[in-house]
Amino acid sequence: MSVRIRIPTPLRGYTAGAAEVDLEAATVAEAIAQLAARHEGIAERLLDEAGRPRAFVNLYVGTHDVRTLAGLATPLADGDVVSIVPAVAGGTR
Amino acid sequence: MRLDAATLPAAARALIERIGRTPLVELTLAELPAGSRLFAKLESVNPGGSIKDRPVARMLLEAWQAGTFARGRRLLDSSSGNAGISYAMLGAALGVGVTIVVPGNASRERLERMRAHGAELVVTDPIEGYDFALREARRLARADPDRYWHCDQYSNCHNWLAHYDGTAGEIVAQLAERGLGPPDALVAGIGTGGTLTGAGRRLRELDPALRVAAVIPETFPGIEGLKPYGEPGDIVPELLDEALIDETCPVSADEAVAMCRRLAALGLFVGPSSGAFVHAALRVATARRPARLVTFLNDGGERYVSTGMWRRD
Repeated sequence: MSVRIRIPTPLRGYTAGAAEVDLEAATVAEAIAQLAARHEGIAERLLDEAGRPRAFVNLYVGTHDVRTLAGLATPLADGDVVSIVPAVAGGTR
Repeated sequence: MRLDAATLPAAARALIERIGRTPLVELTLAELPAGSRLFAKLESVNPGGSIKDRPVARMLLEAWQAGTFARGRRLLDSSSGNAGISYAMLGAALGVGVTIVVPGNASRERLERMRAHGAELVVTDPIEGYDFALREARRLARADPDRYWHCDQYSNCHNWLAHYDGTAGEIVAQLAERGLGPPDALVAGIGTGGTLTGAGRRLRELDPALRVAAVIPETFPGIEGLKPYGEPGDIVPELLDEALIDETCPVSADEAVAMCRRLAALGLFVGPSSGAFVHAALRVATARRPARLVTFLNDGGERYVSTGMWRRD
C-alpha cells in the first residue's frame, strides 16, 4: 500500500527536513519499520525497547489514534496518512 | 504592582488573593546524599492549577490597570494550556475577552477548561509544533492591533518579575521558618524562562554562590511546557537570562513519568515537568551535594490523564 507519514517538527532532523515521507506498508508497524530503515535513529524516538509506542507518542491513521484501532497492527489502505503526533503541545520546537 | 483590590470584580479579587503563597514541601527521597535536603513549591494549589497563575495574574493586571482592554480589546497569547487556563480564568473574572493560540495536541483537559471559561481558541496543526502557534499569535496581533493586545509571555517583563517579587521571597521565608538559610541550588526548566529568570535572579542576589540548573527535555516527544535548549535551532525566549544557568540537565519523557509515579505514591500527583525537575534535582544533589535544593511542582497530574501517562498497560 502506498501511504504517507507526516513528521512532526522535532523529528525532521532525522528526515533531512522532510515534513512527509511516502512509502509502501501494509500496517502501521511496517510503516514505522520502513521509516526507521530509511532514517536512522528515528525508531528509538517513537518506540520503547519492547517495540511499543513510547509515553506521549501518538500515532494516527487519518484522524484515528491507533490505540483505538488495532495498535501497531492496524492495517493500512492505499492513500492512508499516518501522523506522528506528540501528546506534548508546549515547549517543543 | 500597586493595585487597589477594591476596584476588582469580586470573583477576580477572590482568585487573585489565592495565587501564590504555595506550600514548600520537603521531598525525602532515598537517593538524596546525607546533608542534602530537597524542597519543592507545590504550585498545583493555585486556583488555575499551575504555576502560570503567578505570571499571568501579574501581566494581566498590569495591562488591565493601564486600560489596555478598553473598548473590548482582547488579550491574545499562545499557550499549550497552563498559561492559557490562567488567562481564560482570570480574563473571565475580570470581564476581559481572551484569545489563545494553541496547538491541537494540547491535552483535552486543557482545551475544555479554556473553552469553559469562554476563551476563544485558535487551534493550530500539532504536526507543526508549538513555535508555529507562537508565530500565529504574532501574525494575528500584527494583523488586527485594535482587536488584540498580545500579552507575549515570552518577552513580557511582568512574567519574570512575578517570580522575582513573589516566588523567590516565599522560598526564602519558608526555609527561614524551618531555621534554614536561602537555597544553594535551584532546579527549574525553561518554558518562557520566567521562573528560572525571576526566582534565579532574586535568589542569586541573596547568595552569589547559588547554583542554577536548567532542566532540558529530549526534543521528541518532549516534556509538556519545557523547551529544548542549547542546540542550533532552539529558540531562546527573549526574557530568559542565560547568564544565570550554571548547568543543564537533560531528562527524557520516560524519566519524568517514572518520577511522577514515585511522587504520586508519596501523595503528590503532579505533571511531567514536575517529575523532570525532581529527577534532575536528584542528579544535582548527587553530583554537588548542596545543603538546600529548591525546585517546583508546576501543575497537577489530572491535567494529563488523556495523554495516557498514568495508564498501566
